[in-house]
Amino acid sequence: VFKRFVEIGRVAFISFGPHAGKLVAIVDVIDQNRALVDGPCSGVRRQAMPFKCMQLTDFVLKFPHSARQKCVRLAWEKENINEKWAATRWAKKIEAREKKAKMTDFDRYKVMKAKKMRNRIIKHEMKKLQKMASKKGKKPEKPEKSEKPEKPAKAQKSEKVQKAQKPQK
Amino acid sequence: MAGEKKPGEKAPSEKKPGKKKTSEKKPAEQTPGQKEGGEKKKKIKKHHASRNPVLARGIGRYSRSAMYARKALYKRKYTAPETKIEKKKKEKPRATITKPVGGDKNGGSRVVKIRKMPRYYPTEDVPRKLLSHGKKPFCQHKRRLRASITPGTVLILLTGRHRGKRVIFLKQLDTGLLLVTGPLVINRVPLRRAHQKFVIATSTKLDISGVKIPKHLTDAYFKKKRLRKPKHQEGEIFDTEKEKYELTEQRKTDQKAVDSQILAQIKKVPQLRGYLRSTFSLSNGVYPHKLVF
Repeated sequence: VFKRFVEIGRVAFISFGPHAGKLVAIVDVIDQNRALVDGPCSGVRRQAMPFKCMQLTDFVLKFPHSARQKCVRLAWEKENINEKWAATRWAKKIEAREKKAKMTDFDRYKVMKAKKMRNRIIKHEMKKLQKMASKKGKKPEKPEKSEKPEKPAKAQKSEKVQKAQKPQK
Repeated sequence: MAGEKKPGEKAPSEKKPGKKKTSEKKPAEQTPGQKEGGEKKKKIKKHHASRNPVLARGIGRYSRSAMYARKALYKRKYTAPETKIEKKKKEKPRATITKPVGGDKNGGSRVVKIRKMPRYYPTEDVPRKLLSHGKKPFCQHKRRLRASITPGTVLILLTGRHRGKRVIFLKQLDTGLLLVTGPLVINRVPLRRAHQKFVIATSTKLDISGVKIPKHLTDAYFKKKRLRKPKHQEGEIFDTEKEKYELTEQRKTDQKAVDSQILAQIKKVPQLRGYLRSTFSLSNGVYPHKLVF
């Protein structure tokens, strides 16, 4: 049922508080509510932190309990946690949310245009397929044909949306 | 006198910077012309030393009257320059004027007072107004402009017939209103004034540094014109006032002049034209206080 456990070396994401948005590694457990935590590569000093503000990630580091910061840093850099984290969907969602909040009025307009075009292309393809399906009603459909025109169209539009979001600043 | 000539001339070190009128003009007069001119140009440089030897600090040898005689002040009497008094005496404003009068056997002209006595005195004198401080007329008020509004900013108009339209800010006029243009071909907003308070400033800015705005676009140019001819009877007044705004050729030419420059800049930014064509609106889930403009 539970897949992520609080253990020595578990990398956690701080959800609220002064260090909100940073990653830390659990170095030791103090009591039921608090852990000794250290984030050498994310700018969090070694300190006690309540479990409530931590959200566990999938990453676990290997170091003995109460290891000093140097060891934690070595383990962190060996595992390349920062890059791995940036590649996760979780981090990407956070980034997308931030970008959306920072969108200016002009950006919103550009996104609207990009979405509109994308939807139009998708609809166009759909209609084409529907037409084909209705015409060749008796003949068996090959599912390969339907997938191919959709995928490149979607890839193009997602790129456009990202591009529209990126040139804000 | 003769003996005193030479020390006066030859010892310029005797000059004192104080206001001592002990200079001797006689040696200056008797010397040749060149020296005279030189000395006159340098004004009264050679002051005589004090003619009142000091006995003790603050006590001189001679009394006031003796000093008067020693300094020959009986000879040196200066009067204040008369020109100012003469000027004031001369510059009296004209009190009366003679005007021609028509009619037979009338004498042809009358002498009329220019400033006449009042024809009415109120029964109670108007009470003196208390002093007030810092109450300036509107023309002298301080005009402020939000820091987010700079020339070339895209603004969203919130009120008026062009509400919701995105428009380019040109400059602030003397009354504090903002001069704004569509441009006309993009969203049908002409050169117009907008009020700062009823406008959202977006962070989208256009580079307008090279655009020259004609200087005759002032508040007087944009002010609404009102006809006033009170000769009409009361029933007709409501019709004759200008209700309909009429386009003048000058407005068209000014619009073209400004817009052509701005459109060139707009073309450089991708998608800006379409952005200016669109209107701003709120929908479900969109909260202005959460939006970044």
